[in-house]
Amino acid sequence: MSEHAIAWTVNGHRRHDRVEARTSLADHLRLEAGCTGVHLGCEHGVCGACTVLVDGRAVRACLMLAVQADGADVTTVEGLAAPDGTFHPAQDAMREAHGLQCGFCTPGVLMTFAALTAGEEPADEATMIAAMSGHVCRCTGYQGIRRAARALAEGRYGGGAERISGDGATGPAAGKGQAA
Amino acid sequence: MKPAPFDYVRPATVAEACRVLAEAGGGATVLAGGQTLMPLLNLRMSQPFILVDLGGIAELRGVSEVAGGIRVGAMTRQAEALADATLARRLPALVTALGHVGHHQTRNRGTVGGSIALGEPAAEMPATAIALGATLEIISTRGTRHVAAADFYLGPYMTVLEPDELLTAVVYPDWAAGHLVLFREVAQRPGDFALVGMVGALVLEDGKVARAGLAWFGMGPTPIRMRRAEEALLGTALAELDVEAVAGLAVAESAPFDDHHASAEYRRTVGRRIFARGLREVLDLREAA
Repeated sequence: MSEHAIAWTVNGHRRHDRVEARTSLADHLRLEAGCTGVHLGCEHGVCGACTVLVDGRAVRACLMLAVQADGADVTTVEGLAAPDGTFHPAQDAMREAHGLQCGFCTPGVLMTFAALTAGEEPADEATMIAAMSGHVCRCTGYQGIRRAARALAEGRYGGGAERISGDGATGPAAGKGQAA
Repeated sequence: MKPAPFDYVRPATVAEACRVLAEAGGGATVLAGGQTLMPLLNLRMSQPFILVDLGGIAELRGVSEVAGGIRVGAMTRQAEALADATLARRLPALVTALGHVGHHQTRNRGTVGGSIALGEPAAEMPATAIALGATLEIISTRGTRHVAAADFYLGPYMTVLEPDELLTAVVYPDWAAGHLVLFREVAQRPGDFALVGMVGALVLEDGKVARAGLAWFGMGPTPIRMRRAEEALLGTALAELDVEAVAGLAVAESAPFDDHHASAEYRRTVGRRIFARGLREVLDLREAA
């Protein structure tokens, strides 16, 4: 098995790590970077609880190797709120819409919302709800999450662009990292 | 679970990747987007000695217009292809199909070539390549060869790719501007693999079908081109088209199986229905009275 040096950014902090080739990004974030908000449910890409932003795009941290994050800018749920504790719009929307009960799926849901509200304009409601197909929630029946999606699509909590870089799935300037 | 140990290499060029594959003598597995491979590694259903990550090879990414068609680099992310203006204009069938591949989050990592090389029989990308008549560019240290997508699949997850070969690009031929797109998929949830699906394109000239490319997915051990249905459509005037008969021909070419989710009979019944409805809708024909 090979070991590799990686230089990357996690929630705005530069890091240099040595990782075993087989270590997943999710495990490395949890065990070495202290980001235990990255929840591991299924470890095969179905549940969505481990979703993080890699260069601004929402991806499954269990379906990526830590070594593949070399050079990347990674944001976890720990990086969403401002340093003074002010919530990210996605967090405000989920709290006010009662979008969570046990909270296991919530970090993943928040990261997808963060990616979809990062552009100049938030994604539309249909896009946000379609993207929720990538998250499994066993508590809420999704109705609160849908309300949060609608509120975010309508821009009721403002955009997240000032803190999180644009959704790299379509945007040209992904991966500029956090400016907070 | 966690993957069994392996070595990891990240070549910077296709030539370097091919050299690694040739030297590994079958012990290497290629990592494209990882959205299927990583679960297989995590479940230890796949235990390679060497993982060859194509993520560092810039020449494998991007969409370009070439003579007679459009070349999509194998490592082009599904999300990038979905947002590509050239594909939206020239190959709307591919873009429609891409919207059904996995979820937003997996499309951000998953690649067009990875899905095609994997050969999941119920996946959208392999069937779309067959329906549109794509050619696959395959490179190894022994040279380059081109294989028609329709000749690429041997069985579930089995293709003509040799262990030392790399799928480097998918070349989709030109389809006339204004061609019609057929896409129907029945799945249990959005993002799931299809129970039954069909994809295709049609060109109409003077009220007749001048060109047709159609394929099933989830309807057999491989994606299946509907050759007899295509032949039945070609040259036929829309006014004389017997949609039910063509749907019957299409289903006759499928080879569905029973599994936990649906029986073969269910798949045939639904397949016939979505084919007929899809064809009527796209040709603007009315339902038979």
